[in-house]
Amino acid sequence: MTVLLIAEHDNESLKEATHKALSAAAKLGGDIHVLVAGYRATAAAGHAAKLTGVTRVLHIDVAELERPLAEPMAANIVALAADYDHIVAPATNNGKNYMPRVAAMLDVMQVSEVSDVKAADTFVRLIYAGYAVQTVQATDAKKVITVGIASFPPARETGNAVVERKEAVADPGLSSYVGETISRSDLPELTSAKVVISGGRGMQSGDNFKMLEAVARKLNAAVGASRAAVDAGFVPNDYQVGQTGKVVAPDLYIAVGISGAIQHLAGMKDSKIIAAINNDQDAPIFQVADFGLVADLFEALPELEKAL
Amino acid sequence: MKILVAVKRVVDFNVAIRVKPDGSGVDIGNAKMSLNPFDEIGVEEAVRLKEAGKATEVVVVSVGPAQVQETLRTALAMGADRAILVKHEDYVEPLGVAKVLKEVVTAEKPDIVILGKQAIDDDCNQTGQMLAALLGWPQGTFASKIDLEDSSLTVVREADGGLQTVRLSMPTIVTTDLRLNEPRYASLPNIMKAKKKPCAEMTPADYGVDVKPRLNLIKTEEPLRRQAGVKVSSVSELVVKLKETGAIR
Ligand SMILES: Cc1cc2nc3c(=O)[nH]c(=O)nc-3n(C[C@H](O)[C@H](O)[C@H](O)COP(=O)(O)OP(=O)(O)OC[C@H]3O[C@@H](n4cnc5c(N)ncnc54)[C@H](O)[C@@H]3O)c2cc1C
Ligand SMILES: Nc1ncnc2c1ncn2[C@@H]1O[C@H](COP(=O)(O)O)[C@@H](O)[C@H]1O
Repeated sequence: MTVLLIAEHDNESLKEATHKALSAAAKLGGDIHVLVAGYRATAAAGHAAKLTGVTRVLHIDVAELERPLAEPMAANIVALAADYDHIVAPATNNGKNYMPRVAAMLDVMQVSEVSDVKAADTFVRLIYAGYAVQTVQATDAKKVITVGIASFPPARETGNAVVERKEAVADPGLSSYVGETISRSDLPELTSAKVVISGGRGMQSGDNFKMLEAVARKLNAAVGASRAAVDAGFVPNDYQVGQTGKVVAPDLYIAVGISGAIQHLAGMKDSKIIAAINNDQDAPIFQVADFGLVADLFEALPELEKAL
Repeated sequence: MKILVAVKRVVDFNVAIRVKPDGSGVDIGNAKMSLNPFDEIGVEEAVRLKEAGKATEVVVVSVGPAQVQETLRTALAMGADRAILVKHEDYVEPLGVAKVLKEVVTAEKPDIVILGKQAIDDDCNQTGQMLAALLGWPQGTFASKIDLEDSSLTVVREADGGLQTVRLSMPTIVTTDLRLNEPRYASLPNIMKAKKKPCAEMTPADYGVDVKPRLNLIKTEEPLRRQAGVKVSSVSELVVKLKETGAIR
């Protein structure tokens, strides 16, 4: 049995999501190969060769794959699929984009965002914003799986796999990259940070998020947000934590001015410690918080920054 | 320019669902059902394209039991022109839905198919991408803005690090993200009008599609519930507690 793990990378190095998906892939049993599809991505392929438990790295290098657009990514993965029993990718935004395309091209029903692997064909995943946990057995001959990265620890880097160059298949030519607006921040990345501090509608403005950032800097934390804060334009879309945003499970999650709707909890309730600051003592967030502070955030945040 | 919008009937996002004690699934009982929020956004976007004179017809389609009629009427009340109900009593997985939709597309020949990014019941986030694959069309997933030109569609996508813009050839698939638009409420006159709009009824078999599930459901369980912890009385107490747990230094 052989598993093909699709790496998430920026052509220079792997993203930690790859290491976490590898931990899920390792639970399947069998050999693990990693695909690094990119452009001028020799460094990323070299990085993949170091992943613990990986026996081979397939490296495809072509200009159309500088960014992982779904159409060429899926075409390249499907071209390799014959040799594999499992195709696995992290459930990042990219993985969510191209993997169902791969699955349908192979006539396979994908298992999305698995939170555990019970057997090579049996997986656990959350439905209804985490109100229920389902165990499913995939009956297709090939399994196509995306991995909920908050549910697995990152694999280590003690390996030394061979890197094999593969030819790219022709670009289907359906889509082209135009540009991007990257939200830049000197703070850690949301899904890999050990501490996350998130703000909600209670923050009242984007400017007020500076107070959260000041605390985040002291804690080396990432800043996240509720949907309401993103919808209101306080912060960019990629800050959203929740059922339809990012799922995080840091050592510490601090929710500030967030009520604790189920859709938000779906993205953070597996955090080790949850702290909440809210001026409504009945806010549902307190039902999941290990430590709750009933206070006005505009007083509490500056105090917190000073106390750290 | 014709737009097809795929809509799903789901338990309303405000309802707290329960797991059946025997582990066989979730008990939705008489829960309030709604148009999947992402699909509401899809219908809104299509209707706006029509109102802007860029589209001529908006067709909505749903796969599900007879009650899905109600959901389709909601979409018609928002401004869609006609509906197709593909009737099937049991849950159809995204792959099966995508196969049915492929046949609907072949029959209807839309220029754009809009789906939601995710159904908030199964949380799969697959169907649009699968339909794109089956048709060999491009996919503009997680769209927060779309711009229709003559022969292409520019889509601003919500990505992990911010926003990404891609240009897609037509015909194409779009899946909606939360910030694409704010859906309207249907007015009473439009709800009345919607009752007279045509709604065709088909079955997966009519389209020659096998929708047998590929995943065996082994069990459904309650998630582990977190216990509420303690309330602290001040910021300094919070800091002390967090230090005790080792969460901060
Ligand atoms: C399809 C769908 C998908 C969704 N996906 C997500 C998702 O992924 N993530 C997500 O977060 N939500 C999501 N939601 C939205 C979710 O249902 C809630 O509406 C949202 O999480 C509320 O955000 P909030 O807690 O910031 O705002 P509110 O619910 O308005 O809460 C604001 C809180 O701030 C507190 N507050 C106000 N002022 C102060 C102050 N001065 N000091 C201290 N506290 C204060 C208030 O007491 C209140 O509890 C989704 C909804 C739908 C329908
Ligand atoms: N039974 C269905 N009927 C019509 N459209 C559906 C159905 N199931 C899913 N969809 C569409 O596919 C999107 C994504 O669903 P999913 O892949 O299940 O998360 C939804 O937002 C709908 O637009």
